[in-house]
This record gives sequence, structure tokens and C-alpha cells, in this order.
Amino acid sequence: MKVPHGAIDCDIHPAVPATSALLPYLDDYWRDQFINRHIDKSPFTLMSYPPNSPLSCRPDWRPAKGLPGSDFDALRRDALDAFGTKYAICNVLHGAVALFNEDMAAALCAAVNDWTVKELLDRDPRLRASILIPYQNPELAVKEIERVAPDQRFVQITMLVMGDTLLGNRRYWPIYKACEKYGLPIGVHAGSLFRTAPTYSGWPSYQVEDYVSNGAAFENMLVSFIAEGVFQQYQKLKMICVESGITWLPTLLWRINKEWRGVRAEVPWLDRAPAEVVRDNVRFTLQPVDAPSSDPDKFLRTVEHIGTDKVFLFSTDYPHWHFDGGEVLPDGLPEATLKKLLTDNALETYPRLNGGGTIGQVPGTQNNGEKIR
Amino acid sequence: MTRHVVASVVDIKPGEKKLVTVKGREVGVFNVGGEFFALANRCPHAGGPMCDGQISSLVAPGKVGEYKLTRKDEFVRCPWHGWEFDIRTGQSWCDPEDFKVRQFKIAVEPGEALVKGPYIAEKFDVAVEENYVVIDM
Amino acid sequence: MNAPVMEKTLRQHLSIVDCDIHPDHKSPATLVPYLAERWREHAKTFGAHTRQGMTGQLTHPRMMAAGRRADAFPPGGGQPGSDLEFMKQQHLDPNGVEIGMLVALARGGMEEQNQDFAAALSRAVNTWQLEEWVKPEPRLRAGIVVPQEDPISAVAEIERCAPDSRYRQIIISPRTSEPLGRRRYWPIYAAAEAAGLPIGLHPAGASGGYPSTGSGWPTYYMQEHYSFETGMQSVLASMIFEGVFERFPKLKVCFIECGFTWVPGLTWRMDKHWERMRKEVPHLKRPPSEYVKQHLWFATQPIEEPEHPHHLMDMIEWIGWDKLVFSTDYPHWDFDDPRYTFKINLNEKQRAMIFRDNAKALYQL
Repeated sequence: MKVPHGAIDCDIHPAVPATSALLPYLDDYWRDQFINRHIDKSPFTLMSYPPNSPLSCRPDWRPAKGLPGSDFDALRRDALDAFGTKYAICNVLHGAVALFNEDMAAALCAAVNDWTVKELLDRDPRLRASILIPYQNPELAVKEIERVAPDQRFVQITMLVMGDTLLGNRRYWPIYKACEKYGLPIGVHAGSLFRTAPTYSGWPSYQVEDYVSNGAAFENMLVSFIAEGVFQQYQKLKMICVESGITWLPTLLWRINKEWRGVRAEVPWLDRAPAEVVRDNVRFTLQPVDAPSSDPDKFLRTVEHIGTDKVFLFSTDYPHWHFDGGEVLPDGLPEATLKKLLTDNALETYPRLNGGGTIGQVPGTQNNGEKIR
Repeated sequence: MTRHVVASVVDIKPGEKKLVTVKGREVGVFNVGGEFFALANRCPHAGGPMCDGQISSLVAPGKVGEYKLTRKDEFVRCPWHGWEFDIRTGQSWCDPEDFKVRQFKIAVEPGEALVKGPYIAEKFDVAVEENYVVIDM
Repeated sequence: MNAPVMEKTLRQHLSIVDCDIHPDHKSPATLVPYLAERWREHAKTFGAHTRQGMTGQLTHPRMMAAGRRADAFPPGGGQPGSDLEFMKQQHLDPNGVEIGMLVALARGGMEEQNQDFAAALSRAVNTWQLEEWVKPEPRLRAGIVVPQEDPISAVAEIERCAPDSRYRQIIISPRTSEPLGRRRYWPIYAAAEAAGLPIGLHPAGASGGYPSTGSGWPTYYMQEHYSFETGMQSVLASMIFEGVFERFPKLKVCFIECGFTWVPGLTWRMDKHWERMRKEVPHLKRPPSEYVKQHLWFATQPIEEPEHPHHLMDMIEWIGWDKLVFSTDYPHWDFDDPRYTFKINLNEKQRAMIFRDNAKALYQL
């Protein structure tokens, strides 16, 4: 179904049009390096989202030239106006996080964040953003969070679900401490740095396998956060599975609850059923909806299995291609759930999104918005 | 309800247990620091022979990275899936409300008292000068 | 919650097929009589060469009794699963096991990197299964363990064993050195198809050289144990997207020891993204879900335990009542007892299918 006016879109992907656009945001040394080494001519596009892949851009959203998501006017028209969005959270996916040179990564992340302020946030009051952090080195990542956090329009941080190691690991905790302090949820986004094979039996042949494997990766990531006790240590912290799908979640809740009862002694800080920890501390953006749109009951049953509707966040995942036209929401959701999904859950999840939101009419229609199909 | 003499107290020392059969039913008799408890030998989770499990202490929840044992020998761990049950209450530590092992009424009686009243002694004679573990079932 | 169904059934009335029983070795010398002299020496001097940091143990220490039922140690000594008489007494007889499918993990050639040693170990394990388990206990069936990273030897071993109908499947550990859909493994599938034997995928302990997750190594066993499920998802996807079932239309695969409630979600996910990306995999003629329906079976253990048991019904409906086969994983710690595993009311027909008839049809028992 279509989305009523006033929703909070928790995942859109503007793109830095070219690395040369970041040069004004680099200091002398790095600008010199980038130009002399032709690094400014490198695209810094993630392998998980090849720009011409059907997944990376919906055909009618594809700009005449340049990278998907790089045309600001198109983004405003297609991602914001078309859905009547109140706020949209920009996740600028960028290859800076894949570099091995930690200092270069830090310089580049900072440049992307400063570009985001100037080229996105300052240009449209509906936009909010994630902080890109050089989490190759947690110390540098914390520095970057502290540098940009005073700007309240940065509402979360972004990391990728497959990288150097599982993100529940204690080496990353300084980052989470900073996140809790500044009211920034951790957005863990689909995609891999391919530091290791995406599967436990090695490297798949096809990109479609890589993309499907994100579901399993999110499962392992959640189990990592739970077992390591991240949410025991940082109780107010929220983690958001972004572009994760949700149909794997019932199995996770059932399986991890069962395991906890048997192996709790290994992780004694985990003092309550893990499914409850997930429901309290973890959220999920809704695109892609990985249940069949031809049979809405399957999605609704899955929501019932998950056992709460407070964990879902509305997203379009613009410009990635998961749905056509305005049909961004699964059919059949009860109104109370819709309201939570479209605004309330996001406001509860992102402390920095204060101001609230109201559900109005579907943009471009005469509906009064009450009739949510 | 009949009183069944299942063991002499000296047979089950503190921190030990004994599996007995009463009316065809397997029951674990546990001595926790001198107090006796009787639990059905069937885990309420998946039917495991719970009393074959290890007597254990409680791994207390605490800060991340901290490990400490408390309540020494007050728990039994099912030998299959490792669920922990409080011997005193029969309750699962993780789900005390939903999973509870069946408990039986148990008492320590002097032999002197037993020889007077009706009881069933399984497999041994009751001597007046000793104390016995008695289950009501 | 789950508790109420417990008091109901005390005895297993239905005779069942248990699709996952692990026989173990009585002692380190158990395989010696089945190894050629050259490999006896090798085993003694060099031992196993697998892709992990320590030898003689797993890198994520297990919880309960090194991963076994603490009550499954035979009274006469030895490891759980090493004493046939005790296995009968503790498992086969009381649980009404009509047919038990052996999955011989210990010291098979699945993980061994020395390919000739892997072949020798596989031969030894396969003969040992027949001589010491299936011959004395006709309720049991053997699974052909193969040196999976060396498909030429694997095919030879399949061809050696398959004529004996007491071997009813081919066992592969999914922790391979390439995803199992890739073509290096296709000769094994060709041999399986020719022999009319299903492939049983069961995780062995050591890795094929990759971390247990796409994001690196887990810290705790709790996580490692979880990865048994996520790992199987990628294996399933690999076999589908590589077109294994287009090339081998009669091949059947059973996924063992990974639970099953993840299957519908993964299937939907594959269908959805295949629709978008199908030009990348033009060799697939049908949506992934159709290959799943036609070619794959799932052993039930370790069963997922929903907070509301009836949610399990949805999952079974979505997978199909004919696609689940019961398994206990005896004598391992996350054992599923046939009496109490399903905390939902199955009717007689459903019970018969899951506990017995589906497996009989799959394995032609």
C-alpha cells in the first residue's frame, strides 16, 4: 500500500557524486595525496552495491547521468515529495569504511560527513543523516562522533553488517559508549567489506547470493550483540538493522531463547531472555520486505511471530529497487501498527528526531489519509 | 498418600543426590547443606532425566566480563540441554514461572518414630537409632 | 507457554525413523583395523590436519559434557555413542526407533586436508559403520562419508559403497572450502544421482577455512552454535543459485542439525531477490522456492521453540508436511526426544509423516 503523508523514512541513500566533490572537505595533506595519487578519481563505491545493478537503483529513479542517489533535485522529488516524508535519514554508503589505511579512512569519513551537512542537511530541512565512522579504528571513530555530534541533524551512526569482525566484540565498545552518550543509535546496514567470505563455506559466485546472505549476517550480528552483552553494558543503546529484511527474525528469537537457557553460564551477564533484549533494544527498517507481496498473510503472520510492532521502522531504501510505484508498505497492517511504524517507533528510537510527526494524506491524492488501505 | 522411607540420611551427604523409585516413579533426592528435597526425575522442558544431571552452583548474573559462582550446590543442571533448576523450589532459573520440576513432600524422621506408624521402606530395614528420608506420595 | 503438553505422553508409541544418530569410536585405535598399514603409521605420527588453531579439540569449547548428553556415557566406559548395546538400551529401544540413520562425524575424511588420508579415513569409517554397527544392529543404516574436497576420491568411495543397500545416503559437511553449489562438487552430485542416494548435509566441527559467520569469528560457543543455522542458509542458497538442481533434476538433499523454521523466510527472500536479479542467473528456469519444494528435506533437530508453540504450525505449513524428517542427534546435548519435541498437537497422519513416513520415502527405507 501507499504511505500516508508525514512518515519518517529511516533509510535513504544519497550518494557523493564523485570523490572530487570531497576535495574541499579534506585538509591540505589529504587533498594533495588524493590529487597526486589520483585517489580523487576512484569511485569509493561498495562492492555490495554496484551502481548499475538492478538492486542499486529503481529504473525510474535512475538519474540520466551519475551515480544513483547523486542528483539532489531528483532525490528531493522522488524520495521526499513523492512519499510526503516528514523526515528522511540519509545513509551515505561510502567505501571509506573499506580502506585499510585508518588515517585515510578517518579523513574521508570526516569529509563525507562535512559534505553531508553542506550538500544535504543544509539544503532541505526534512533531511537527517547518519555519521559515517572510520570504525577500522574505534579510537578514530569516537573522535569523529565527538566532532560531528553537536549537529543534532546527525541522528545515528552507520556500520556495515559484514566487516572485519562481529560488531558485538568489545573492541567496538568505545564507539557504543559514545553513541549512548550522544543519543545516537547504531545503524547496522546491509553489505559486506568482504574481509572474509560472506558464508561459512566460502565465496559465492553470484551477487544475488551475497545479497540474500545479508539476512544470515544480520542474525549472526544480533547474536553477537546479545552474547557479548552490549545491551547489558549500554542499556539505553538502540541498534537498528537497516535494509536487513525481517523474515529471519522469528527463528532468531526462538532459537536464541532456547540456546540461552542451555548455555547461559557462558555469558552470565545475559540476565533475561534474549528475545526480550531484541524487542527492547533492536529495530528493523522495513525495506526490503522479504515476504511475498502476493500473499500479505505471510508478512502479517511473521509480524505476529515477532510478537511486537514496536520494532519496525518505515523506510523506502531510496534509490534501491525493492518495490514499484508508491507501493512501499506491505498490505493489511492494522492502523495502530501503521501509526507506530510510520512515526512513533522512529521517534522513540532516535532521540534526536524530536518534534514529532503526524500522519496526513497520501501525497498527490485527495484521500484524507484516514483511509489507510 | 503413603509415607515411603527412601534412604537413611547418612546415605546422602550434603551436595549429593540419590535416585530412588517410589510407586514406579523416579525421584531425585537431594541434600542441600543438610536439607533434603525431592524432585521428579523428568525435566519439564524436554523430558530429560534431570536428576542424572550435575549438581551445580548458580552462575550469578553480573557485569559483562565478571564470572562468579553463588549458592553452592543448590542447583541441578539437566544432562541434556543444560537447563538449571533450583533444587529448593524446582523452578527453572531462566523461566521460574513457566518451567517447574515437580516436587514431592519430603521429611527426615527418626527411626524410632517410623517403626510405630505405617510406612513403606523400599529395600531396607529401618533401625530405631537412625534418621531416615521419607517421601509422601 | 510450553509446559502443559509435558505430562501427556510417557511412552513413544509410534515406531520412528531417527535421521541423525552419531556413532563414536570406542578408542583412538578403533579405525586401525580398517586402515592400510601406511595410513596406520600416518594416523599415529601426524594425525589430523584440519583448518583450525588447535589439534584434538574444537576452538569453541562446547557446554554440556563436550557437546554430548551428560547421561549418555556408557556404564562400561568410553564416549557417548561408542557402545551399541547401551545405545539400544538408552535410545533405540525406549524411543521406538525402527530405523536409525548413522551420521559418522568422528575422524571421517570430511575435514582432513591431506586428500589421500581423507580418502583412507572415509573408507575406514564407512567400513567400520557397516561392520560394527549395521551388521550387528539391522535397525541402523550407514551414511557414506566422503573426502569431499577431492571429488574424484569421493566419487570412487560412493561407487565402492553404493551397491550395498545398507548405505542409504551420502554425508557431506557443509563447511567446505567452496560453497557447495560450485562446480567442483558436481561430480559428487552426479554420483549421488546415479546411485539414487540423497545427500545428507551435517556440519562437522572444524571449518573449511572460513569464519563461522560472514562477519568473522564468534567469541562464544553460544554464537558458534547459532551459526549452524545461518551457515546452512548460505549452503542452500548456493546449491539453488548455482543451478545444481537444473543440472541434477533427480538429486535430493537433506539438511541435518540446523532446525527448520528459517526455511520459509529464506525461500521468500531468495524468490524476491531472484526476481530482481534473475538476469545474473539465467540458468535458473524457475523461482528458487520451486527447487526448494522439489529437492530439499529438513531434519527437525534442534527444533526451534517459539514462545507460542502454535507458531510452529505456520512454519510447517509453509515448508510442507512432507518435507520434514525427524531426528534426535543422539547422543549430543541438544538431543530432541521424540515424545516431547513437538509441543503442538499433531494429528496421527502428520505425526506419522514427520516421524517416519517422510524419511522412508526420502531414503527408500
